[in-house]
Amino acid sequence: MSLKLMKGCEAIAEAAIQAGCRYFFGYPITPQNDIPEYMSARMPQVGGCFLQSESELAAINMVYGAGGAGARVMTSSSSPGISLKQEGISTCAAAEIPCVIVNMMRGGPGLGNIQASQGDYFQAVKGGGHGDYHAVVYAPSSIQETVDLMPKAFDVADEYRTPVIILADGLIGQMMEPVELKENPNPVLPEKPWAATGYDPNGKKPRAVLNSLYIETEDLDVLVDRLHARYEVIQKKEKMVELYNTEDAEFILCAYGTVARVCKAAVRLLGEQGVKVGLVRPITLWPFPSEAVHDAAAQKSVKAALTVEMSDGQLLEDIRLAVNGDKPVEFMGKAGSIIPTAEEVAERIMKMRRA
Amino acid sequence: MATIFKRTSVLTDVPFHYCPGCGHGIVHRMVAEVIEELGIRNKTAGVAPVGCAVFAYNYFDVDMYEAAHGRAPAVATGYKRVHPENIVFTYQGDGDLASIGTAEIVQAAHRGEKITTIFINNAIYGMTGGQMAPTTLVGQKTTTSPLGRSKEHCGEPIRMAEMLATINGAAYIERTALNSTANIIRTKAAIKKAFETQIAGKGFSMVEVLSPCPTNWGKSPAESMDWIAENMIPYYPLGVMKEA
Repeated sequence: MSLKLMKGCEAIAEAAIQAGCRYFFGYPITPQNDIPEYMSARMPQVGGCFLQSESELAAINMVYGAGGAGARVMTSSSSPGISLKQEGISTCAAAEIPCVIVNMMRGGPGLGNIQASQGDYFQAVKGGGHGDYHAVVYAPSSIQETVDLMPKAFDVADEYRTPVIILADGLIGQMMEPVELKENPNPVLPEKPWAATGYDPNGKKPRAVLNSLYIETEDLDVLVDRLHARYEVIQKKEKMVELYNTEDAEFILCAYGTVARVCKAAVRLLGEQGVKVGLVRPITLWPFPSEAVHDAAAQKSVKAALTVEMSDGQLLEDIRLAVNGDKPVEFMGKAGSIIPTAEEVAERIMKMRRA
Repeated sequence: MATIFKRTSVLTDVPFHYCPGCGHGIVHRMVAEVIEELGIRNKTAGVAPVGCAVFAYNYFDVDMYEAAHGRAPAVATGYKRVHPENIVFTYQGDGDLASIGTAEIVQAAHRGEKITTIFINNAIYGMTGGQMAPTTLVGQKTTTSPLGRSKEHCGEPIRMAEMLATINGAAYIERTALNSTANIIRTKAAIKKAFETQIAGKGFSMVEVLSPCPTNWGKSPAESMDWIAENMIPYYPLGVMKEA
């Protein structure tokens, strides 16, 4: 297998196809248009279906229809479009529909801008839509990692019958990197006896009812309890985190996605100046790797943690919850899609060191 | 003894929750009978709306989805694209189809989506308690137009069948009513035709059914049937609007 230089959006689309995704519904919005464009050309080649919907709202409901029909299905969008999808994501969570939703985050709130941002952390991690539900959220920091996470995203969606969100940003979508894509011409997909594929009233195939309405209070409670039990299993089994240089560190940086790459450069920069700094990078934002964050930040050697984000203090809240007051957690954020530099992060650590 | 009539097996044994004199029960039965008569039960999926028919998934004994408000045509699209050989129908009211779901229904027709829509037009929001719909007649009193719908304030009622008939992807569009036995029989024939249109792969099909809502109209069931004839049919003419 050789490396190929690929744009993030195209790599993620191809990786989805290699993971067995055969249905894609989406609506154009910058900076993720290369995903639907790629899918429109590629899906017919693999016997799949690309359909440009009339809106993000329609797209996520087409996802509901196709996911409920047993298919591996994906949609993608960027921040304002993801807001429009929230009704459908909540519906899919309640109706237990496996699906993958890619968010190439851009600046917000409102229409914001079209540059990379991390401002949708709360929306992705804390629900986004109404009601008691979670979506599993992966936050890759390179195109290779995005590609590697795609089969996992579809498997986790199927295993737990849940929406899965790939929370990347416009940088991941728009830059090019060398990437190794594993070809998988015949992906083995799990059986879905619950799906709407046809019904045999003589009992061989029970009737599928895909529904998010539970009008009786006790019935809705049963659903939410069932989802809750599933979320507990997900919290036990699906957390992913990268620890970089954290052992005996004096300061711990906390960051995800593109910003984590900047922080890694800062770790190296500070290392050259003899300051030992580590990085905790959550790969799953929900379930959140709280224990790993706590253990890294609460080490005896650590003076303080610093959360770095391209948003105004969103990841910060989960980091503080995880650290639970055992060490000070400071915040360095750039909104407006301004990417912090390694030098700025290093400078901030040096300032904290002098304090 | 010879059986000359029996209840269709495509309806479950669950009693309808509908109000006395409501049209949904009549249309449910006819949709189920058509599915049975066409022999498509094993490969049919239905999509229930938000509105009075929200529990339709409890009544039709086929694979069923419950969609968010207005989104049924999009959900049906997702299903149909995965199982093009299967049959899918949406069952929607006028709030669902003619208000919050206009984008979905227009674009499903525009794509020539091979789905069938049963559209119940009773000129009012039923489930939420009788609010004004886009189909509410001028002068008609509802809980959000207490003095009667004013043309100056919120326009005149929308004619969905005529509008959708202008779209190339629509293969069969008919408007019928439930106000008489003859019209009920015509409604069933139209429903059958709509499903046959889908089976033949011709494109989008829809039957708009003018249907009574005695509870929210504040009328008896019999008065409601008369009200359809006297007030709705003159504004919403019956007939085939489009047949490809």
